[in-house]
Amino acid sequence: MDSIIDPALLTRIAFYLFAGMAVVSAIFVVAHRNPIVCAVALVTAFLAVAGLYLTLGATFLTAVQILVYAGAIMVLFLFVIMLLNLESDPFEKPHVARLVGGVLAVALMFGLVSILGGTETTGQTIRDGSTEEVGKIFFGEYIFPFEMASLLLLVAMIGAIVIARRQEGEPASLIGQPGAGAEAASTAGTAGNDGPIGSSNRPEDA
Amino acid sequence: MSPDIAFLIATLVKIVVIFLLAVHVVPIMVILERRISAWVQFRIGPNRVGPLGLFQPLADLVKFLGKEDFVPAQANKVLFWAAPALTVIPPFLVMSLIPLSPSFDVMGRDVPGVIVDSSIGMVLVLALSSLTVYGIAIGGWASASKYSLLGALRSSAQMISYELALGVSVLAVICVSGTLNLTEIIDQQSQFFGTHAETGNWAGWNIFSQPVAFLVFLVASYAETNRLPFDLPEAESELVGGYHTEYSATKFSLFFMGEYVGMLGMSCLIVILFLGGWHLPGIASLELSQNVFAVVGLMIFMAKVGFFLFLFIQIRWTLPRFRYDQLMTIGWKVLLPIALVNILITGFVVAWS
Amino acid sequence: MIPVSDYYVVASILFAIGAAGFLTRKNLLVMFMSVELMLNAANLVLLAASSTHDLGRGSAFALVSVAVAAAEVGVGLAIIIAMFRLKASVDADEMTNLQG
Repeated sequence: MDSIIDPALLTRIAFYLFAGMAVVSAIFVVAHRNPIVCAVALVTAFLAVAGLYLTLGATFLTAVQILVYAGAIMVLFLFVIMLLNLESDPFEKPHVARLVGGVLAVALMFGLVSILGGTETTGQTIRDGSTEEVGKIFFGEYIFPFEMASLLLLVAMIGAIVIARRQEGEPASLIGQPGAGAEAASTAGTAGNDGPIGSSNRPEDA
Repeated sequence: MSPDIAFLIATLVKIVVIFLLAVHVVPIMVILERRISAWVQFRIGPNRVGPLGLFQPLADLVKFLGKEDFVPAQANKVLFWAAPALTVIPPFLVMSLIPLSPSFDVMGRDVPGVIVDSSIGMVLVLALSSLTVYGIAIGGWASASKYSLLGALRSSAQMISYELALGVSVLAVICVSGTLNLTEIIDQQSQFFGTHAETGNWAGWNIFSQPVAFLVFLVASYAETNRLPFDLPEAESELVGGYHTEYSATKFSLFFMGEYVGMLGMSCLIVILFLGGWHLPGIASLELSQNVFAVVGLMIFMAKVGFFLFLFIQIRWTLPRFRYDQLMTIGWKVLLPIALVNILITGFVVAWS
Repeated sequence: MIPVSDYYVVASILFAIGAAGFLTRKNLLVMFMSVELMLNAANLVLLAASSTHDLGRGSAFALVSVAVAAAEVGVGLAIIIAMFRLKASVDADEMTNLQG
């Protein structure tokens, strides 16, 4: 019996939905003044791209995209924006610079679309993107990149801690720092010896 | 009726039922919380409104809806309005992935007890539950208040720290089960304490094959839902109320609803991953028909989930809360190494058997 | 099924929007977000291209790319925080210590 709902049509609708969501939120990311709204829009864009991965059949990467990008990386962005206490962006590049940038980006888009938009890719699918297959690849032929990626993450973590570490004599919290927003001197109570993430200078108790 | 239309109708019915179930857990938890806290503290809780005070949540709801819904003057209006929504949506998304009962048999078709029976269910659950951080962080930021911001940052840092221990402990269970599909994880725990007849794999409840992972998951789930003993970010004596200080009435109740539905989701996960879901020793031998078994399974599942919800409330009113640096120490220096050692040992055992 | 070139078009649009954001904004954090957008567009092209042949290997490649992006975001944000401590601003035009 023929099914009334055509699965290909549903996939197409899902594709257009997610593609539209991705493009609209991407425009919000680059156009809005408030950095927090930009961050939330980027989360939406990542979720939309995860949906696009799902329509492609890459189920594992859908979960990874939501877990890593939307769930971890953007939280980090949000943290930094809040710690630096950024207000709505008063920064505006001069009009000429924005115009040139926009024109270049539009030209880039047309160039890419003209090159890639007409390609015909055909071939036999020999492997799907399920978790089992990716697992077999990672513990089979891609074991070296896997270990390298974990080593890279370790090195990046150490590097980030070292770069962002407080120097001697600096207050722990950037909240209430001069130039960090309107609440500069009146709320110096938070610039005590305990930052929002907990002091690292406290001697170990337990 | 074509299979697709039937699937659509079944999915819509399941969405409505599970959504209403999750929403109705909130007032039940509210009254249970107050009565159980009263019982722990050797007093009587609210018992005026209705028999045994059971209509107290209704009275609370009327009070909440009648409160003035004000927005602080310096708050960002859009973000202030969006934060409770961002907090309440991910727990409901998680509920859509959780299998609540065995398959029903409706007019000759198998209707599974889960809205989305995904082959990557477990990872999606972890991914969606990590989206809860946004509502809290933005709620604290949009309130334009020092206490709210600090509470939000602390709460977000706590949640993302304990997500690691949560994920690694789940990894051990998945290693033993060999699948990410939640229904299959439940089906592999059909016996209470025993191995599979042919393959020799573990077929009992995972709490016996992974006790360390169970404990780590339990503790981490308390931190994930911001419940005592990990609720410093929203404790009244510390930060006035943390990220929901400036919220009143409906928006505040939305934050509450998000927290309680998150607790429900975590309890369901504990039951699914470690306690065999809807399986109970002896039920399989009763040779029930599929629908009766599904209803019985649903009730068994709810009973187990109810036990863990009771545990959430009980521990809240029994243990003191951790200081923030103790909290972070536990998350990073105690739970995560334990979970990692557990997965290491599990990996060795699985590989050599 | 959806032709792969449709995915390429979406990825090109996302990449162009990211490039526009990078060239147009002065706020370092928003510039960084645009870079992440471009990275996602590249991942989408990678997955779309591999979907016709070997999606497993494409997913593995994209996963390593996501891991590298995560590491890069960590280090990049640490640098932004350090520069903020120095200059009290995240304006890209104020970062002129290297004279250009």
